[in-house]
Amino acid sequence: MKPAAFEYRRVTTVTEAVKLLRDAPDAKVIAGGQSLVPLMNFRLTRPSLLVDVNGIKALQHVVWDGTFLRIGSLVRHQQIADNVEIQKHCPVLTVAAKHIGHWAIRNRGTMGGSLAHADPASEWPAAAVALNAEIEVEGPQGVRMVPASEFYLGYYSTVLQPDELIVQIRIPSLKFRLGFAEMARRRGDFALAGAYVEDDGNGQGFVTWFGVADKPVRVPTVLPGNLEARREAWQQALGTLPIVDDKRSRIHLAVQIAERAWQHSQLEGAKYLSEEAIAGGDQPL
Amino acid sequence: MNNKVPLKLTVNGGTFDIEVEPRWLLSDVLRHQLGLVGTHVGCEQGACGACTVLIDGKPERSCLTFAIQVEGQQITTVEGLTQDENLTPLQEAFSEHHALQCGYCTPGMLLTATALLQQDPHPSELKVREAISGNVCRCTGYQFIVDAILAASGNAKEDQR
Repeated sequence: MKPAAFEYRRVTTVTEAVKLLRDAPDAKVIAGGQSLVPLMNFRLTRPSLLVDVNGIKALQHVVWDGTFLRIGSLVRHQQIADNVEIQKHCPVLTVAAKHIGHWAIRNRGTMGGSLAHADPASEWPAAAVALNAEIEVEGPQGVRMVPASEFYLGYYSTVLQPDELIVQIRIPSLKFRLGFAEMARRRGDFALAGAYVEDDGNGQGFVTWFGVADKPVRVPTVLPGNLEARREAWQQALGTLPIVDDKRSRIHLAVQIAERAWQHSQLEGAKYLSEEAIAGGDQPL
Repeated sequence: MNNKVPLKLTVNGGTFDIEVEPRWLLSDVLRHQLGLVGTHVGCEQGACGACTVLIDGKPERSCLTFAIQVEGQQITTVEGLTQDENLTPLQEAFSEHHALQCGYCTPGMLLTATALLQQDPHPSELKVREAISGNVCRCTGYQFIVDAILAASGNAKEDQR
């Protein structure tokens, strides 16, 4: 339950971080460490070098530039939950952030760390895919923008190279507000199933699940007004995904949670961000 | 491999010059190097909340942070809640409301609740429950802890025992 020995380097620029990562192939980046340190405590991972990026000021921004909402990779989950710009331009992130871990975890864990860790049950990778975001990464070759839909390869795996660092996530302005719901045994535990649902108001939309398949996929779907027909649509959408474990219960949960996320997307004004709406998915099915 | 490095740690208002290995967790350094054994270690994977301390006023897991990472930041442990022999009003409320039995979770609970009350002096019951949801207690069933935090905030419930 104690980590193996490693060398520790603190950096203040992305260039410095990338150089260290390039020179030490089994180095790891530590940002919040809320997923990495448990793995190190269990010795499931034993990096020879930890590159601590917490001192990089250039990764700590939240900016709405009129076209994109840009969130630096070092922004903490709790900062996202509390940020008024995010609440204004992408309120679904405000709702989702409140479901990430517990308060003490949210105070330290970061957007970039969660995107890179690629836990299929976590909120941010699915958000990035659901929101058509792009992930900006920097490596020895320079900067590249990767559409979130191409970033994830499967369980805990992404196209991020060992010598690359996530700089920021870039989210385009939303045409339609997304709904969110998540089911966990207790709030803050890993999701048994969660979903983001986008409704275009014309009976069409998209659903992006997490905790259901090996990676988030934005699936187009019809969204009929009738509950039974909608349930049928969720089933159809799920049919396109590889669900590997406990199929029966996972499909049941995924249908219920997509429906709740859709219901959440229909809430107007202050109701959308109310404590009841945020806790909605927590109620027993 | 012995690669100790010097570290200046600020804990409960005091500064400590120590030497640590980079791999040492903040929880272990507080307990073993500084003798501050009020910080309890439960799961060492971030799940139980017993090791919660305040880092620059915010509750964080000391078992998921390396001591070397928090140089220059203000650490508060349960020993630092009061500078003298007395208890804080929150600690008094814990005592009055029987909010602990074995006491293992108590330091983490106290620090989380202290941060909550600093941020929101009159939280709702829902907010209290949300705030301490990351602190596991296996004795009390949480009710008395919630009662104590609400009492300390002056938001005691009608049917207060």
